[in-house]
Amino acid sequence: MELTRRDATAALAAVGGAGGVALAARQRADDPEDGDEAAAGDGDNEDDAALDDVAVRASMTAVAAVLYPSEVDGVGAFVDRFLDGRLDGSAHAKGIRIAVGELDDAARSWYGGPITELSESECDRLLREVGADTAEEDSDGTLAERARYYVVNELLLALYASPTGGELVGLENPQGHPGGTESYRRGPR
Amino acid sequence: MSAGSPDRTSVANADVCVVGAGPAGALVADRLTADRDVVVLDAGPRFDPDDRLARQERAIRPGYDRPDVWDVGGERDAHASSGERFYPLNHARVKGVGGSTLHWQGMVMRLHEADFDSETERGVGADWPIDYADLRPYYAEAERELGVAGASDNPYAPPREEPHPMPAFEPSYSDSLFAEACEELGIDMHSVPNARNSEPYDDRSACVGYGTCQPVCPAGAKYDATVHVDRAEGEGATVIDRAPVQRLEHDADRVTAAVYATPDGTEHRQEADAFVVACGGVETARLLLLSESDRYPDGLANSSGTVGRFFMDHLFAGVGGTLDEPTRQNHVGFYTSACDQFYDEADAETAPFKLEFFNYAGPSPVEEALTGDDWGDELLGRLRDGYGTHVAMGGLVEQLPRADSYVGLDPDRTDDHGNPVPDIHWSIDDRALRTIERANEIQRSILEELGAEIEWVAGPDATGPAYHHMGTTRMSADPDGGVVDADCRTHDLDNCWIASSSVFPTSGAMNPTLTIAALALRVADDVERRL
Ligand SMILES: Cc1cc2nc3c(=O)[nH]c(=O)nc-3n(C[C@H](O)[C@H](O)[C@H](O)COP(=O)(O)OP(=O)(O)OC[C@H]3O[C@@H](n4cnc5c(N)ncnc54)[C@H](O)[C@@H]3O)c2cc1C
Ligand code: SF4
Repeated sequence: MELTRRDATAALAAVGGAGGVALAARQRADDPEDGDEAAAGDGDNEDDAALDDVAVRASMTAVAAVLYPSEVDGVGAFVDRFLDGRLDGSAHAKGIRIAVGELDDAARSWYGGPITELSESECDRLLREVGADTAEEDSDGTLAERARYYVVNELLLALYASPTGGELVGLENPQGHPGGTESYRRGPR
Repeated sequence: MSAGSPDRTSVANADVCVVGAGPAGALVADRLTADRDVVVLDAGPRFDPDDRLARQERAIRPGYDRPDVWDVGGERDAHASSGERFYPLNHARVKGVGGSTLHWQGMVMRLHEADFDSETERGVGADWPIDYADLRPYYAEAERELGVAGASDNPYAPPREEPHPMPAFEPSYSDSLFAEACEELGIDMHSVPNARNSEPYDDRSACVGYGTCQPVCPAGAKYDATVHVDRAEGEGATVIDRAPVQRLEHDADRVTAAVYATPDGTEHRQEADAFVVACGGVETARLLLLSESDRYPDGLANSSGTVGRFFMDHLFAGVGGTLDEPTRQNHVGFYTSACDQFYDEADAETAPFKLEFFNYAGPSPVEEALTGDDWGDELLGRLRDGYGTHVAMGGLVEQLPRADSYVGLDPDRTDDHGNPVPDIHWSIDDRALRTIERANEIQRSILEELGAEIEWVAGPDATGPAYHHMGTTRMSADPDGGVVDADCRTHDLDNCWIASSSVFPTSGAMNPTLTIAALALRVADDVERRL
């Protein structure tokens, strides 16, 4: 199934740009330590790891090739278009850049090259070795938790909130996609 | 108002001070603003409408709890739960301009006639001092104000004088599967009123099928109370956000000022001729308790001793399973068919209850995709296995008002302003538990008729609250029997009204907000009359 520009636009329509409310700034219920003013929490010491956006896009595309099912095509253009809306000046965008940068560092030290030069199976192993498969997403957590949040779930969210991603599962109007009020009334095709 | 530091000082010569900017407070303010100087104080923030997609993303991502979607939690919202059953208060409310309707589902039914006469008609509960007929014109107005899509095909609904403002949403595909089973069993299905635009209404978009209605509608097609706050403000009302009222100052028979805190750490006094407390069913009682004085040592307006007592919610009853055919769930986030057939069979033994046919049974694939240690083809395989054949029914059951189910103050814990936090002491009567079983029986029979393999039952042990806070400042003609009179004005204080489901003496089993809205409009008329 071909992922289109329309899918990427739809995925963005579902989740929006990364700006706006500090998405990463979570307030836990019942946590007396949390104040009203949630702060976007990225340690500055991680800044050196951040990649420039060209490299971020290429690395995210390489990861998407592993995360997305083999029957989807057009991954590069889809991810690119999606990231147009996400790589802005927000804390979330910074979180993506840093997490991808740290993954790239790990790729270089463990596999001797950047993410973009890994084979799909090496990239798969890299993600599992950092723990992104079993970690629970956390915008403010360990590398595993941030890789899950900013890379793995970022890309899976983009796919499965898009019409093509929904259709892969049999739901052409997935949650998050404003697909109108006809589809819920239609029977199976 | 600039984004930096809006003016949060009080307004001179205000006629009316409304505390709380949920639907109750917003409707009162909107109705009075044309002729009166109105000030609205809300404890929470104004939420930027441009952030709704980001909030929707929080709703989908596993890293956020439901309360995170609208920034509920932390010290501001600390609470205790000392009853038999845990009460998850911060899943059950939003603080801020728009109130809990920002998160709500938007199902809006009228109470039935017998709900107002429970003691007389059913032999349990307490009669309201008003009848369905008193509220009937206000229900119609409330339906116009909120924008309700509905139809007149429900033979069990109370009498109405005019059609709903918008046509009902058409039944879903899964409704058509249920319909066959229900017909076989002699069970009636009918449409259900939604505070959600089936067509453009009141300058708001028609529903576009985002499917995340609860907890956020990015399209604005689902009604929320920012509609009426914005309108009131446009007509001259002053709305002050992040201004939690700490206490109501008073003399023997009048409230004189609402004392509120602001983020800069200062306190202000808002004086007015009339005060309308509309803080929802928990915080309304809490504010009265916090406002105790030598004259009212047990809490303001509490000569009857009933402030905080008789806390009720609606109880969820449900059954779900899978079929061996596609059921097309999770396209939209609301339901389109219900069954009120059994509602008026209620008596002393069995509570009123209603049944709902879900359009969102089973997992949402996008949410499922973000959890698990698989990806690629394996993940897609899991999503395909998990999605597609689920069916489920829900239902709501009335619980009786009992003095030992209450909202009190926890002496051991304080909020961010040093005030004791609310303690929800929730307990449920046996009639309600029996009725959950009865609802489960019917739900189970329908699913079995459908050929479903039943996978879960939310029965008496697994039931939970529907997040409808009722009963804590009950209405009574007798000043010893309740907090407010038939006009929702406090018995103790001449210039203080309460607009909330906290005034419900008995709750019925219908979602409360249309009744809250009707009462709020009626409160506004009474305030206007007496000013
Ligand atoms: C998940 C969910 C689903 C729901 N679904 C439905 C549904 O389908 N149908 C239905 O009828 N109802 C539903 N409800 C319930 C519905 O949201 C409430 O009945 C309704 O919002 C109550 O309106 P209100 O104005 O009385 O209180 P709220 O909407 O709770 O607003 C109260 C406001 O008062 C403010 N406040 C509180 N204390 C103070 C203070 N001390 N000073 C100043 N301001 C204060 C709060 O910040 C808040 O903004 C649902 C609720 C939830 C949480
Ligand atoms: S399905 Fe719900 S969230 Fe989506 S547009 Fe309709 S009302 Fe809004």
